[in-house]
Amino acid sequence: MEKVLRLASANDVVIFSKSSCCLCYAVNILFQEIGVRPSVNELDNDPDGREMEKCLMRMGCSAVPAVFIGGTLIGSTNEVMSLHLKGQLIPKLKSYEQNATS
Amino acid sequence: MLSVSDCESHFLVHLLLVQGSCLLVFSWSQSMNYPSTQFATSRQMGIYEPFRQVGVWRETFSGGYGSNIGASTIAEVDSGQENKIGFGSHESMGPSGNDQESNRSADKVQRRLEQNREAARKSRMRKKAYVQQLETSRLKLAQLELELDRTRKQVAYGGSSFGGSHMGYNGIVNSGITTFELEYGHWVEEQHRQNNELRKALQEHATEIELRLLVEGGLNHYATLFRMKADAAKADIFYLLSGIWRTSVERYFHWIGGFRPSELLNIIEPQLEPLTDPQPLDFYNLRQSSQQAEDALSQGMDKLQQTLAKTLEADQIWSGETYGSQMAAAFEKFEALESFVSQADHLRQQTLQQMSRILTTHQAARGLLALGEYFERLRALSSLWAARPREPTESYAF
Repeated sequence: MEKVLRLASANDVVIFSKSSCCLCYAVNILFQEIGVRPSVNELDNDPDGREMEKCLMRMGCSAVPAVFIGGTLIGSTNEVMSLHLKGQLIPKLKSYEQNATS
Repeated sequence: MLSVSDCESHFLVHLLLVQGSCLLVFSWSQSMNYPSTQFATSRQMGIYEPFRQVGVWRETFSGGYGSNIGASTIAEVDSGQENKIGFGSHESMGPSGNDQESNRSADKVQRRLEQNREAARKSRMRKKAYVQQLETSRLKLAQLELELDRTRKQVAYGGSSFGGSHMGYNGIVNSGITTFELEYGHWVEEQHRQNNELRKALQEHATEIELRLLVEGGLNHYATLFRMKADAAKADIFYLLSGIWRTSVERYFHWIGGFRPSELLNIIEPQLEPLTDPQPLDFYNLRQSSQQAEDALSQGMDKLQQTLAKTLEADQIWSGETYGSQMAAAFEKFEALESFVSQADHLRQQTLQQMSRILTTHQAARGLLALGEYFERLRALSSLWAARPREPTESYAF
């Protein structure tokens, strides 16, 4: 559990994914398009991957990718896409940046 | 023995036949209620043989001789011809005694009556043949209609077994796809109806509330489509991805199982003038974010295709004991396709929703109508294209 939270706070944007997951890849591309470089943690290449996956599920994210912004769980692909179309994704990123620098 | 040329005697016989059968033709056509115009068209169709002959008769009859041939006229013609030709009889020509003349008249009458009877008989036979032909055609038509109905059902139930690109089914029915095809047909009809309603409402300057209802209805209708597609994706993702359920031109513009969100915005934008602040910026942002999301999904799909290809190409693995697990791995990737289509539909739906949030009711109504008409246009174009006249195959002269 701590590992998840620790990793989740390690960067502005953190994605928990699996190496074979192309949807995770797509979400990563999306963040790059708006100028962000997320950290990617591949659960299937992590010895604690199973535990972490269960933890993420308990937190409310049942599928990869699991996206954290500023250490806070945003959700999976659906949530990220919805936020972006509503125009709320970038403001969220910006707000974290402001918090980080202040 | 006739001392005349064949065609002249033909003419005479024909004349008598016409005279003899004119009554029959007339009464027959009356009872069957065929106006003379129908004669012409059926002759042009060339389908009904006996009818054609009757038509010829009629035309000859009305054109050549008028419909009111008096007995005297016939007699006149008759006797005139007889004097010249000698009317198939072996009797010598020229005047003789009164007795002979009256005998000849009696003979003439007899022969005429006989020919009348003959003509009448032939007419009845022709009528019978024609009616039989009609009956046969009717049966054939019924058979064809039945076959057409069956084929239609087969297409619906067989789902992707129709069309060469879906050999996987081999006639096995996929009820999920069956359901989808039927429901999609209804969906398109309903869409058409809603478009008409929107058009009418906009033309007749409906109230804000009425328009709002129509817009909500339209958005809900798209939501229904996405739900239907989700079920179809579970039944067969390749069917959905292929776009076989759409018309050919729509299929050309297909992107991950449906229309492009950016395409949607391109279609709607011209309908929105005038935009008032903050609409222009909002619209620009929506366009940008949907484009970015679209690009991301496209790249993800490409990656998926590449990894799947690698899995399938690695032939050293596809053997023996590992075959089962390799199949399972492939199936897993196929499931990933389902997620992508789901995300693409989600993107479409979000774009629609955001669009309606940014716009006024009136603008949203115009936008939805433009979108609906756009798809109608694509469908109509597909039909026309399918029905276009083809070049006849060239014959090569060697």
